[in-house]
Amino acid sequence: SSHEHKLNFRKSKEACLSYIQDALLQKQWKRAAEFLTCYVESLEKDYSREHIGPSEMIWRIGTEILWHHSQSSMKEFNCFMEQMKTLGVKRYLKVCLEHVFHLLCNGQIDEAYQNLSLAESWRFGEQTAIQDKEMKLIEAYRGLLDYYSWSKQKNILLEHGEDGFSDLAVEQEMHSYFRKAAVNLKEIIKIPGVWDVFVKCYVDLLEFYGDHTEARQVLNEYAYNSKFPANPNAHVYLYQFLKRQGESKKSLISALKILHDVVPSHELMIDFNTMLQKSKKRKKRRLGLEVIFAALDYAGWKENAKAWSCLARQVKQIVISEKHLDWIKQEWNSRKDWWPAFHFSRYLAKRNWQENKSLSYEKALVAGILLGKDCKYFKYVSHQGCKAQLKRFRMLKKFVNRHNPVCLRISG
Amino acid sequence: RDFNERCAQCSEVNWGLTDGGRFYCRSCHNVTERTREVVNTDFITNSRVQTISKGLRKQEKNDAGCEWYICEGFQLVLKKQAEALEALGVCPQMKDEILCNFWRCYLQKSKQAYCKRPAGETVKALSVCESSTDVDSDPERPSLLHLLSSLSESEGDLQTDCSFASSVSKVSDSTSVYSGSVDGSLYLMKNQKEKLRMTMPMTLSFCYMALLWLREPITLSELLRFVVEGHIPYLNVFQHFPEKMKLCGLDLRIFCVESWPVYEEVFNKMHELAAFLDLPRFPDITDSCFLHPDMLCMKYLMEANLPDELHNWTCRVVKKIGIGEVDFLTLMPGNRSTRKVKYDVLAAAVIVVVLKLLFLLDDHYEWLLSEFAEERNKNNTEGGPYFEFKKWYEVVKQSLDVEQKKLDEERAKYLWRCEKPLFYSVKNKSKVLKRRQMVVNLQNQFGKLSGSVRRAEKPNPSSFQLSWSEENTDGSCFHGHSLKGVLQEKCGLLTAMNPDYWLCTVKLCNEKLCGHLAHYREVEFPQSYHFVLGLFSFLLRIQPSYIHDEVCMIEHKLFNKKLYKKLKYNTVLRK
Repeated sequence: SSHEHKLNFRKSKEACLSYIQDALLQKQWKRAAEFLTCYVESLEKDYSREHIGPSEMIWRIGTEILWHHSQSSMKEFNCFMEQMKTLGVKRYLKVCLEHVFHLLCNGQIDEAYQNLSLAESWRFGEQTAIQDKEMKLIEAYRGLLDYYSWSKQKNILLEHGEDGFSDLAVEQEMHSYFRKAAVNLKEIIKIPGVWDVFVKCYVDLLEFYGDHTEARQVLNEYAYNSKFPANPNAHVYLYQFLKRQGESKKSLISALKILHDVVPSHELMIDFNTMLQKSKKRKKRRLGLEVIFAALDYAGWKENAKAWSCLARQVKQIVISEKHLDWIKQEWNSRKDWWPAFHFSRYLAKRNWQENKSLSYEKALVAGILLGKDCKYFKYVSHQGCKAQLKRFRMLKKFVNRHNPVCLRISG
Repeated sequence: RDFNERCAQCSEVNWGLTDGGRFYCRSCHNVTERTREVVNTDFITNSRVQTISKGLRKQEKNDAGCEWYICEGFQLVLKKQAEALEALGVCPQMKDEILCNFWRCYLQKSKQAYCKRPAGETVKALSVCESSTDVDSDPERPSLLHLLSSLSESEGDLQTDCSFASSVSKVSDSTSVYSGSVDGSLYLMKNQKEKLRMTMPMTLSFCYMALLWLREPITLSELLRFVVEGHIPYLNVFQHFPEKMKLCGLDLRIFCVESWPVYEEVFNKMHELAAFLDLPRFPDITDSCFLHPDMLCMKYLMEANLPDELHNWTCRVVKKIGIGEVDFLTLMPGNRSTRKVKYDVLAAAVIVVVLKLLFLLDDHYEWLLSEFAEERNKNNTEGGPYFEFKKWYEVVKQSLDVEQKKLDEERAKYLWRCEKPLFYSVKNKSKVLKRRQMVVNLQNQFGKLSGSVRRAEKPNPSSFQLSWSEENTDGSCFHGHSLKGVLQEKCGLLTAMNPDYWLCTVKLCNEKLCGHLAHYREVEFPQSYHFVLGLFSFLLRIQPSYIHDEVCMIEHKLFNKKLYKKLKYNTVLRK
């Protein structure tokens, strides 16, 4: 006979969990706590066949509730986490890590450090080997906190240096933090992964102590090793490092090229374009045009006057020289259908003029070249500019009128 | 070998053996000087014999507890349940006479006590049983063996005087199985189908059987509801076992329940039990009994907030199909041909049928009638208001939704475990205790964060779950409403205005084959019908399909002639 409706322990706890879930989603912490109180006795039952057992549920749900509940204190939270650590040995290091994150969020750096040190010294038979990844993370974060301490000492030292005092104790402490941090940070970045914060800190350390070779090596690995997941930030870090080192434009450009491929809307595209425009190589200049056009495809750049001035400068220069008009044509081809509405509408003309005259100037120049002197944007802005008797707008109008035939060849 | 003398202190015949070989009285722990020369061990097959530790003074310090049998445990459970029922108002006869005798009869029939035991098993004097010596006075039961005074006779054939600590027996897969009781593993191993092995749900079958015998005003659905509400011990009842009765290992599988008993299960077991015990015909259920459909209909009509006038109709239906007859209602154990009567479900089904008769419940007609009644109510100045189905539906649905929501939350918040720790073996005892401690800590921690919501003390047991008061001026009580709006006079008789009726099913299933008379699927029936089923399903705490079955059964009796007269199947009949 059908006893599926029979209410038993398991069904009752399933229902309880769904009430908890609802309460959590609606941020009703008291209600969630109420139902969790009823759920915890699941710990006494064997759930070894379930995918996620009650101990993990209780850990995760309890963490959420205690973190958000208005009447819960950090003390209670810590006490709870300690209990959770004893609940499942297979999860021990994970719980430790999450606990540390919460402590850091709460600004309790010292407690976080203590917990990390404690976790580092944990050993539990074969579990130690199984939880190797978590252990590496724990060591890395301790390294990070060591870096943080190093940084503090460094600042103290710099201050004292200004005053003319030299503090040997501080210096020695600083060096010892450096050693501790370097060891752990170096380890973690060997493993393929996204380690932005670790890499940055490690490179900072290396640069301070003058080990530029190692730093370059690390950054190259991080950016170019195919085992690592594709990470635009890796290229940014490398570029910034190379720039600091005063590297040639060539190497800077090659570092940014990949960034352009991966994130055409990156803010460094302005720097990139600037470098490329100045290059003697035709290919590079061509690339520069491509780069700046690509960046302005993105809505976030619409009101970036600097970007528009880069583009304006380049197209103006091309129009004057009348060489490589086909470059503009090529770039404009795929954009002529939608850029006018996207950038050069009458509404935008009004708005840009009101809010940012420089922006409207640069845009008007580009519009005038790409769409001709009769386009809405150019007409409105140049008219307004002349009305306001601003010299550059008059110059602009003259320029566009003079070069109109060339412009028509582009938009044709 | 036999030691039949009465104890000097308490006059009981209840002897055990110390390891010094002396007899001691189990009831009062009086040690005698008599010793025992021979310990006959040839019946022991695979169990270790240990005598209890020396010196009864050390009894308290000794953690090993005493030996006990599974049926003793059940006896304690039954005792607790009977006491609880007594506290609810059931007459004391139930505990002291009826239930007790049923139990003893069961023990005898299942050969757990009061009889000759086959070799390989032992029996022990049931010291926890009542020490009263009243003989069963029912002349109709000569086969029932008498009590402790006669026990020693049968005991004489067996080796009762060796005591065990806990028995360790080998199970077929050659793992040692552990139980606190003496016969825990034997109990589970044996295929006792013919002997009706005792289970926790069966304790409720016993209770219900006794209640039925006494014709007490508690239906099975009410009994089960009281169990769930905690008024009758069931879940974790073993925590009331005495300290020395250690519960562990396989005992847990027998005594620890992790699900609430289902109506059908308890009901069917009860009938099996009645037949097994060779009980005679139960006392008659007459029309003055609470369990008679007329009475139960009255109760349920009130609880469902329906007009009292409907009672006339339920009585008419009951009379017409003969379900009010004594022979129909009274239980005759062992009679397989008659369908067993579920009094509560039957009464609810009668009401559903009456509602169908008067309101059709096809999702159209009842609303039409309701509008009609509403119109008439506007001009109605004298007498009670006409019953409007729509108003009733709104009022009842609202309350029902609230109660259902509460019930659902209650179910999600059940606490199944109790303070008494349970462990399968001594090995995981410390782990279990640690877990328990952690659970308690977490409950405290999060309990405090639950705000002011304190778990309310269990509500007072009440026979009515929904109550409607006529004093409410908001018109939410329909008891006094009149059915004039749906009735008409024809030839001096009041008949329903509704000329039609639809059958739930044209053909009944064979219950013995598929377990049901019909198969209920919500989508196949009108919403109003589903609502009404849902209402009684909530009140009785059973699945709507059970009520639907009874409704089908009633309809087929009611329209019997017409069904067999019709040549072609037609689901709409004229009354």
